[in-house]
Amino acid sequence: MIFRIPKAHSAGGARRVLAAGLVLALALSLAACSSGGKGGTSGQNPATPQKPIRVGFLSPATGNAASSGQDMANGWKLWWQQHGDEVAGRKVETIYYDTASDPNTALTRARKAVEQDQVDMIVGPYLANEGLAVAAYTTQNKVPLFLPTVSADDLTQRKANPYVIRVAGWTSSQTTHPAGEWAYDQGYRNVLTIANAYAFGYENAGGFAQTFTEKGGKVIKQIWSPLGTSDYSPYLSQISAAKPDAVFVEMVGADAVHFLEQWKSFGLKDKVPLIGNETLTDQSNVRKLPADVASGITTFGHYAEGRDDQATKTFVDGYAAAYGVYPSYMAAAAFTNGQWISQAILQVKGDLSNKDAFLAAMRAVKLDNSAFGPMTMDKYGNPVENVYIRKTVPAPDSSKAGVWNVVEKTYPSVSQFWTYKPEDYLKQPVYSDQFQGIKQ
Amino acid sequence: MRRYGLRLSLVLAGVAILAALPTLGLPPYYVSLFTQVFILGIAAAALDLLVGQTGVVSFAHASFFGVGAYTVAILCTRYNVSSYVITLLAAAAMATAVAALFGLVALRAEGVGFLIITLALNQIVWGLAYQWVAVTGGENGITGFFRPPIGPFAASNVNYYLYALAAMLVSVAVMWVISHSPFGLVLLGIRERPRRMRALGYNIWSYQYAAFLLAALFAGLAGGLFAYYNAFASPADLALPLSTQMLIMVILGGAGTLFGPLLGAAILIFLSNTFSSLTERWPTILGIVYVAIVMYAPEGLLGIAQKRLLPSLNTWLRLRQRREVSAAKQSESPGDAA
Repeated sequence: MIFRIPKAHSAGGARRVLAAGLVLALALSLAACSSGGKGGTSGQNPATPQKPIRVGFLSPATGNAASSGQDMANGWKLWWQQHGDEVAGRKVETIYYDTASDPNTALTRARKAVEQDQVDMIVGPYLANEGLAVAAYTTQNKVPLFLPTVSADDLTQRKANPYVIRVAGWTSSQTTHPAGEWAYDQGYRNVLTIANAYAFGYENAGGFAQTFTEKGGKVIKQIWSPLGTSDYSPYLSQISAAKPDAVFVEMVGADAVHFLEQWKSFGLKDKVPLIGNETLTDQSNVRKLPADVASGITTFGHYAEGRDDQATKTFVDGYAAAYGVYPSYMAAAAFTNGQWISQAILQVKGDLSNKDAFLAAMRAVKLDNSAFGPMTMDKYGNPVENVYIRKTVPAPDSSKAGVWNVVEKTYPSVSQFWTYKPEDYLKQPVYSDQFQGIKQ
Repeated sequence: MRRYGLRLSLVLAGVAILAALPTLGLPPYYVSLFTQVFILGIAAAALDLLVGQTGVVSFAHASFFGVGAYTVAILCTRYNVSSYVITLLAAAAMATAVAALFGLVALRAEGVGFLIITLALNQIVWGLAYQWVAVTGGENGITGFFRPPIGPFAASNVNYYLYALAAMLVSVAVMWVISHSPFGLVLLGIRERPRRMRALGYNIWSYQYAAFLLAALFAGLAGGLFAYYNAFASPADLALPLSTQMLIMVILGGAGTLFGPLLGAAILIFLSNTFSSLTERWPTILGIVYVAIVMYAPEGLLGIAQKRLLPSLNTWLRLRQRREVSAAKQSESPGDAA
């Protein structure tokens, strides 16, 4: 009699019991998981002070910037291979993260580095937008971020902060400020600029346009070509129609390769003087081009793989022996980043527990010489370094590349603010397609 | 209500566990990852309203997500708005407004035509975000804003996790009610038999348009939450790869199941994070997983669970119940005899 329960209720009861059972089972398994996790982390933090220094290395291993990311990682690995992974008695351990050439992925990887792997610092990422995204996060969490390649002007200008340092890095317009003055001194008065339609292009062109027009030159036209353009012929016709005294060109990656090929096949190479930015003839691009297309081009940059100097030679030879190609600036920057960090770790005697002291040591590092030349750090977190006028000439070993960049002239100790007072310079907005610093 | 008894208790149990996870000692990185799952889950569930319920496959979903993200970023950086309610409502409203425009263009076509038009529209929004530097910051995106306190609570990662979880619950509950309302049933009818629905006198176009707006509204809300989560908005938030990813979430989890896309979001995010730390070939592994799921579980994971697991669960329950009843009868019958 007691068991006579209405049908529907019985079913509902059974279901409820089942559900409760499921909940319990899940909760138990999760509780087991989490206690297991806790055991794991406490095991990783023994009381010994000599645990390794952990570096999170963020670079694109997949996506459209993968080959540049590979260069970066190669440069970083080479430094530690050549110099041993122990500094001031402490092992330096690198964990590599793939940013997939995407700022949101870069952020997720940075979270993993900080929250799970508890790295002491992050080196990288590669792209400007990745760098900006990661910098917003690491700054909030007070994790040192050392950028070897991210050159977005504002990171060490209007948005400078103590946790972001461009270690062995550069600012986009830093290398093109001298180019504007130089162009005027060459006697050019009417110059056209062509650049990729994104921040890096605006900043490169802006640096050039500002100093060139301040001396009295005239920018007759500015062309912004979308990133990923493969057919430059419409732009090249505009250039020849405008009849400029010279052209300032900023191009990155595949765009640089396509531009230089078409510049030659259009017959403009021997007709119109070209002033290029750093990336136009970076080794990562010119190694894909035949010598007749890529040679004899003048560019401005903070790095020249053909620089006649022992520090550069040692690095370039070591890199070429290890990887079979000449190193790009990304490789040199990651390599020198390792050199810089090692010096700072030595300075604080391997004790990274005081973050402020370590960051101060990072800013105090002076490299008397490096693959780039001498380097010091300004108080905004950007290196004061040489800017070279470079010319592409046939490379000594034609099996590694058609051409490489040699130094024609050196501007020593160039700051990101050029010859302007930082306070005055920071009052103007960052370069964009709306603001190019042009004096009429 | 009884019809959904089992499912409801499963959902409530899941929610209780998720809410308790951070205090149970979930490592901080997983708190972050789960937050990401909740946010992208909202967007994926909203897309399911369109793909699964209405039978319209849209590639423009990321554009609404991104518009939401930019709305929050711009309100925070230019206008110093510190209220979640205002910024998130504005994000949802902006996304809906954009969808109101896009719907007029895209819904003139059907099937593949619609798909291609939405793909093009997504590219237009991406191009705009990429080039309109004065408003969007171009490729560099917008930084320089942080999560304000959540009401009386600090804007910690754990609190934001709970906030995103609550947002997901409310959103999915609303979507569930919509999809089971007469309106939702009309959408189902349009998916299954558009001609008959038209013959019955339903204005198909306006129903599809409304579903398109609803999907965009929740995508915009999710985008806004995502901007706060990252403290960053960039063209990557509305790029085509994100539209594709959201579609994959829907298909993986099970189109038309509403909860499936949440599962899809979790799988996508956790798999990519696990494999990417193991090998550089992680996109290949993910590809293989997708293909395997599409080949062996074309209804998606939740779809196949509902088809295989739930019926067998129900059968099991029914059998047990029958056994109980017959056992009760048997225990009764001797007494009767005596």
